[in-house]
Amino acid sequence: MTSDLLAALGARTLRVLQSFGRAALFFVDLLVHMPAALRRFSLVVRQIHAIGNLSLVIILSSGLAVGFVLALQMYYALVTYGATESLGLIVNLSLVRELGPVVTALLFAGRAGTSLTAEIGLMKAGEQLAAMEMMAVDPRSRVLAPRFIGGVISMPLLAVLFSAIGILGAYVVGVLLIGLDSGNFWSLMQARVDVWRDVGNGIVKSFAFGVVCTAVALYQGHETEATPEGVAYATTRTVVVSSLSVLGLDFMLTALMFSTP
Amino acid sequence: MSDTLIEIDRVTFGYDPSRTILDDISLNFTRGKITSILGGSGCGKTTLLRLIGGMAAANSGRVVFDGELIDARDRDKLLRQRRRMGMLFQFGALFTDLSVFDNVAFPLREHSDLSESMIHDIVLMKLHAVGLRGAAGLRISEVSGGMSRRIALARAIALDPELIMYDEPFAGLDLISMGVAANLIRKLNDATGATSLVVSHDVPECMAISDHVILLANGGRIVAQGTPADLMGSLDPETRQFVRGEPDGPVKFHYPARPLAEDFGIGAAA
Repeated sequence: MTSDLLAALGARTLRVLQSFGRAALFFVDLLVHMPAALRRFSLVVRQIHAIGNLSLVIILSSGLAVGFVLALQMYYALVTYGATESLGLIVNLSLVRELGPVVTALLFAGRAGTSLTAEIGLMKAGEQLAAMEMMAVDPRSRVLAPRFIGGVISMPLLAVLFSAIGILGAYVVGVLLIGLDSGNFWSLMQARVDVWRDVGNGIVKSFAFGVVCTAVALYQGHETEATPEGVAYATTRTVVVSSLSVLGLDFMLTALMFSTP
Repeated sequence: MSDTLIEIDRVTFGYDPSRTILDDISLNFTRGKITSILGGSGCGKTTLLRLIGGMAAANSGRVVFDGELIDARDRDKLLRQRRRMGMLFQFGALFTDLSVFDNVAFPLREHSDLSESMIHDIVLMKLHAVGLRGAAGLRISEVSGGMSRRIALARAIALDPELIMYDEPFAGLDLISMGVAANLIRKLNDATGATSLVVSHDVPECMAISDHVILLANGGRIVAQGTPADLMGSLDPETRQFVRGEPDGPVKFHYPARPLAEDFGIGAAA
């Protein structure tokens, strides 16, 4: 009985370690095939359009909504202490340091990540990847690497747009609706937000999230079982694994980047 | 130049150790001929094509293509060898984000420096050969199953391969499409001088177009091989059962199971 339990535990541990190994090899493979994909940049541009441009609606509308709500909540908190002039600064720092990269990554995993997983999974199920191999075309250079590069380029751009539209949303609520001073709103932001430390670190974060989310989505699609259930499980796993990885990675990066005041 | 284009030498293969798909088989495929590989579902026909295409590696034995070993570990050599092969997948495996024209143009654009006007002419010639020149502008979602198969065939022959492998080219086709597909395979083979391997369980069509036929049984065993006339006239019970589609014979209809009485608990009640 105990030996059976131990054997089952051992087998499970081995499977988990093997899947980590396969994922690591897959990631190295993506990196190795990046130069070939970059040489045919039109493939990458097509993916930036599919992954980035087509995610704009959800990213911009979410950014605007987050900016509205953040401005309202911050105003209710700050008005007690008579510090409402700091509204723009607080909203800006929240967005560029944290909410911009993290919420964009979570939305990216749900919108573009699932789409990548389903696309690769169905290409595998429909033997399109096998057909490409038989035509002596390497799917890693032709299909996977361009999508990886497209995702990694798109994520920071989307995060910047998310933060920018969020700040505009906060301006609409704070200045146009509540009536705070427009000069205060912008000048404190200019004075206290550091381009490298705040905006730069936010972009570095979203770049890291782009690598993780796109690699996870492609890996799940590539490893999917060639059945409808397999594709469904793979898309779910993409969202779960990407989201948890983003949240865990965000904590580590924040601790590294902002450990000194 | 040897008459043999592909040599399968004592190949054993299984996707996992508990189940052998092909068991120590040796075969030769003659250059310029159509060879059909027949057999029931799951007997390793498609696996054989995958081994020849280097999409799977044999557990033991070797696969030789035109005197060169097929070795998935030597990727550059494998890609070079694959440029000399074309494969028609069972369900076409067309790229659904591309049009009919772009699907056929795909291998040309990937492997040649031809101008777009040259590619245009070649693609239309290939589509004309399969009777679908008029469908060049259609999307893949707009074509039927039979048309998909023919488009995939046009794509498979785009680079004029020396070896064309057909995986179940007749599956799911109506009688007219089946006849058209069979004629196409024969005509293409005669016109291009390519070597063709047809994997199917459709006996009449394969017998009508093949120069040589191999019959595989479950467990990856070769039951019989020879000309279509040899197999049709065979007295071997397994061969007779397969080519005539008889329900009774050495090949059982039922999957191995416990005795009926045991499953229904008749013995226990008594």
